[in-house]
Amino acid sequence: MSKKELRPYFPLFALPTFIAFIIGFIVPLGLGMYLSFCKFTTVNDAVPVGLKNYSDMFKDPEFIHALWYTALFAIVSVVTINFFGFAIAMLLTKGIRGTNLFRTVFFMPNLIGGIVLGYIWQLIFNGILAHFDLTLTFSEVYGFWGLVILMNWQQIGYVMIIYIAGIQNVPPELIEAAKIDGATGRQILGHVILPMVMPSITICTFITLTNSFKLFDQNLALTNGLPGNRSELLSLNIYNTFYGRVGFEGVGQAKAVVFSLIVGVIAIIQLVLTHRKEVQQ
Amino acid sequence: MAKYVPETLQKGDLLPPEIQALVDEKKKKRSYAYNARSSPYSLLWTIILSIISVVYVVPIILVIINSFKKKAYVARNPFEIPTGKMFVGLENYKSGIEKIGFFSAFGNSLIITVGSVFVIILCCSMAGWYITRVSSIFTKAFYYLCVFSMIVPFQMVMYTLSKTADSLHLGNPIGIIVVYLGFGAGLAVFMFCGFAKSIPLEIEEAAMIDGCNPIQTYFQVVMPILKPTAISVAILEAMWIWNDYLLPSLVLDKTKYKTIPIAIQYLKGGYGSVDMGAMMAMLVLAIIPIIIFYAFSQKYIIDGVVAGAVKG
Repeated sequence: MSKKELRPYFPLFALPTFIAFIIGFIVPLGLGMYLSFCKFTTVNDAVPVGLKNYSDMFKDPEFIHALWYTALFAIVSVVTINFFGFAIAMLLTKGIRGTNLFRTVFFMPNLIGGIVLGYIWQLIFNGILAHFDLTLTFSEVYGFWGLVILMNWQQIGYVMIIYIAGIQNVPPELIEAAKIDGATGRQILGHVILPMVMPSITICTFITLTNSFKLFDQNLALTNGLPGNRSELLSLNIYNTFYGRVGFEGVGQAKAVVFSLIVGVIAIIQLVLTHRKEVQQ
Repeated sequence: MAKYVPETLQKGDLLPPEIQALVDEKKKKRSYAYNARSSPYSLLWTIILSIISVVYVVPIILVIINSFKKKAYVARNPFEIPTGKMFVGLENYKSGIEKIGFFSAFGNSLIITVGSVFVIILCCSMAGWYITRVSSIFTKAFYYLCVFSMIVPFQMVMYTLSKTADSLHLGNPIGIIVVYLGFGAGLAVFMFCGFAKSIPLEIEEAAMIDGCNPIQTYFQVVMPILKPTAISVAILEAMWIWNDYLLPSLVLDKTKYKTIPIAIQYLKGGYGSVDMGAMMAMLVLAIIPIIIFYAFSQKYIIDGVVAGAVKG
């Protein structure tokens, strides 16, 4: 279809999406940026206050705590999820009996929503901890490892699927050639398979990293930040700043801007890395 | 070890013994490496993976078991099989369904998910094709904004989006479809653009010469070609929308409309002490439709996830 002929059809083809995109993204984003420099309780009573929200934000010890808590959580869960996901993907590409069934089972938790997952694991953790007269909300450490285990259960299957696709794309001739040259299993893994699935590794690292940073539902259902907001991740901290404390909406919006910048920087680093890898191949 | 039979030789043909020995050795090595079923570790791995699989399923089984337990025992003895006075039959299901209005929540979730996915697929595939074919500064800017929107976390627009939706009266299961189209457009437009670029122009030109206008060309030629991408996008968006909690809880008028995640959270938040029995029963009801759906469309779901991940 030539450009000239299609152009007049803009109202039919692109306008509905465009309008919805403006309502659902552009306006809220622009307004959000503006409001991060204002003091307000509703959108209409916003008074510009300059950078005050940003300086207040860093005076909030709970926010600083949430920042470190989230970063630590993201690192631990990215490493564990990708390690186990890759290991299982390696096993499931060996042609072992029952591969399809295993794949189906491991992927399943992905489809269950965060709220439901949170309550499932709350039951389990509290059941175990009850033997020691403890609960999940006794200490932020329990909440931390609880979330790590929950996220592993949910996301190992997801990255596994992507790793399986990556490993299956490694040309068998390469592995065969390495074997003929006398490479051991470990050498083949380190020098043939790993470099070949590097694109999958970048994708999975990125997905798990941004998912961990943006995590909200699971956090809300599992511990809801207890004890005393100590197990709050960034998203929940921002949410509670907005809806839990009157008069802090501006600070909440400023936190959201900083949060977006963090996620944006991670995304850009990932894009650069992926491009570099693509050039090499 | 079976006899080595090269394609050029007939079965029963004998090779000189020294060559046969070499061939046998080579074959042994190959089969060892390539067919793990014959490797001594294969059985071990199968057993280990089976154990992990059981561990994977246990949480769900546990919830099902506890959904038949009297509520007082759920928190105290979650790992015991409900027998005798612990067993309450379907009582938890009845009270849970009543408390949170499960069926209306299910209906809302279904309307919102199906409606939004349908609208997203239709509108975004059209927009994606349009953007790819009519390239101008405007369409390019729109494309890059879509890519950008995939990165921005929901918290950034959370407050302002709920206010915008509120002022436009979108706080009902139909109105929220507009919000989902807007917020879900990023991924969908990005994926459709990526695929539309690979459609050869000649096909569309041929349709045009045969007298199709752009609308006919789109529905009769382009859309069928876009179908695999449409399925991937549908799966990814459906997984997101069905399980989404925060967006509908902020946008919908919660006194009138609840989705399943909102209803479950309400069971916890709405009452001082949580009825753990009803909670377990509702978790089971929330999981069952997903598992049934998964059982029937597993292949599409897994392929969709791979396609989405590779492009995203």
